[in-house]
Amino acid sequence: MPEREQVRRREGGRVEDAVVEEATVAGADTAAKLKNDLDDLLDEIDEVLEDNAEEFIKNYVQKGGQ
Amino acid sequence: MKHPIAVDVRLNGSEPDSTSNLVALAKILGIETEYGIAQTQGFMDPVLASTILVNAYAAAQSGKVRWDFFDEAPGRDARGRANFDAMPPMVETHLANTVLTNGARFYVDHAHPEYSSPECSSALEAVTYDVAGELVLRRAVAAAAQMKAAEADFVVYKNNSDGKGNSYGCHENYLVDRALSFDAIVASVIPHFITRSVFCGAGKVGAERRTEGEPDVAFQLTQRADFFEEVVGLETTVKRPLVNTRDEPHADPKRFRRLHVIIGDANMSEVATFLKLSTTALVLAMAEHHALPQIELMPADPVQAFRHISRDVSLRAPFLLESGRLVTAIDVQWALFEAAVNFAERVGLEMLGADRSGLLCLARWEEVLTQLERNPEEAASTVDWVAKHRLVEGFRERHGLEPTSAKLRAIDLQYHDLRPEKSLALRVGLERLSTDDQTRTAEIEPPQTTRAFFRGRCISRYQEAVESANWDSVVFDLGSDPLRRVPMMDPTRGTAEETSALFETSPTAVDLLQALES
Repeated sequence: MPEREQVRRREGGRVEDAVVEEATVAGADTAAKLKNDLDDLLDEIDEVLEDNAEEFIKNYVQKGGQ
Repeated sequence: MKHPIAVDVRLNGSEPDSTSNLVALAKILGIETEYGIAQTQGFMDPVLASTILVNAYAAAQSGKVRWDFFDEAPGRDARGRANFDAMPPMVETHLANTVLTNGARFYVDHAHPEYSSPECSSALEAVTYDVAGELVLRRAVAAAAQMKAAEADFVVYKNNSDGKGNSYGCHENYLVDRALSFDAIVASVIPHFITRSVFCGAGKVGAERRTEGEPDVAFQLTQRADFFEEVVGLETTVKRPLVNTRDEPHADPKRFRRLHVIIGDANMSEVATFLKLSTTALVLAMAEHHALPQIELMPADPVQAFRHISRDVSLRAPFLLESGRLVTAIDVQWALFEAAVNFAERVGLEMLGADRSGLLCLARWEEVLTQLERNPEEAASTVDWVAKHRLVEGFRERHGLEPTSAKLRAIDLQYHDLRPEKSLALRVGLERLSTDDQTRTAEIEPPQTTRAFFRGRCISRYQEAVESANWDSVVFDLGSDPLRRVPMMDPTRGTAEETSALFETSPTAVDLLQALES
């Protein structure tokens, strides 16, 4: 869609480049790091996940709220 | 019985002049969360459990138990328990409604402990006070355990559903110019409300309400989409509407509305909370300035579109607009983002606060849409549903599980567990926007730039003399009839700048009221 291209290529204006740049770089780094970490993360979840998942889920009953 | 009389206070300031609608109205905002509550063993009536939590926190705060009791030699004090046992449940329920020194309200709503943040003047500030709410709940749980208030420890979850058809809310509130008609608000917010799920959905394994013949849903973007049935309405607990019509401004009704937003999920990701609040505040500011492409973006069937978007983890399945166009949620978000950039250039972003919230909103909004469009997994450090989906999918593949396995539902629930040793959200590498120092301070200190400052300071300085407080007034009991009520009908007044000196020169509540009356 042409109008979307225009938005993403927008430069200057009120969005300060530094702010955008900082955010984007941080985002890319974090995404790459997370990919490598997934296996470690799953190991940790194997350890920390409630033992009896069936019971755990069955027992979690709430009264409806707003 | 004492009857409050109104004491005129300069907090309210002067009436706005006729040109005031040329100035952007500050988007004062807040966020209120009903927490799920359970116990490590057994069951307790949830109203009683919530009541114990709120009372335990209040007791810990008021000096019956020292503030830093975590580090104290506990002494296994039975005082709390004795107190609870001495009170019949109805009385406790009545009491379980406290105003905190940070200006927040912590109370029992329905069958849940609820923390309503103080009024904030920016989305970044509101994020800090939302996280401070998590600290309040953690400390409440610890205080209840300290007092041995129940047989088993409490566990609280910052989520919105028990997976069995019962939902509880995380509501946002925004100050809106009364001059904007409600119909205009509805038309303006619906496209944003249903499509912002792409970055502020908290994620859910399965579906709790399926239309006939609909296949199994393995995972969806939001906790809440299953529970919405109407477009506009007053309800919040049944037949929930996308746009809630409650007209209770808690402020001067001639000048202000409070838009009460019930469609959102409670977020563990601070960036998601920030985006949810800041983009919505910005959309409302644009509506006030008639700067939205609202008609072109209205879905043909908003309720159906909300469910559809929630069930599409690819983010690529289009839905139909009233205009006949087929679009994706991200298309709609790009259109709103573009309008926001134009608006920022033309009008500015001052209404989003004096800090960097305005510019950060545009930067993070653009970033997250870019990531989600390219590959949603790139947003795993900021978007809750993406972070949760990665865990669920990774775990499912590793263990060869069915999509509806109890283990995957357990991951879903445990993502929202507030206990650090159990929380999965704390383990997935979510980016922070606040610091621990900021949130610890925010648990005690009110925001500086709204009337919450006046409320919070009255509580911390004159607690004995404060008979009660709510969003738009503080009532004092000075020991002599009648009670004195200080109205706060403008949420932007009563700030630190306006009232700090007043507090410093008023050692007692009598001094404060005398100064206000003079």
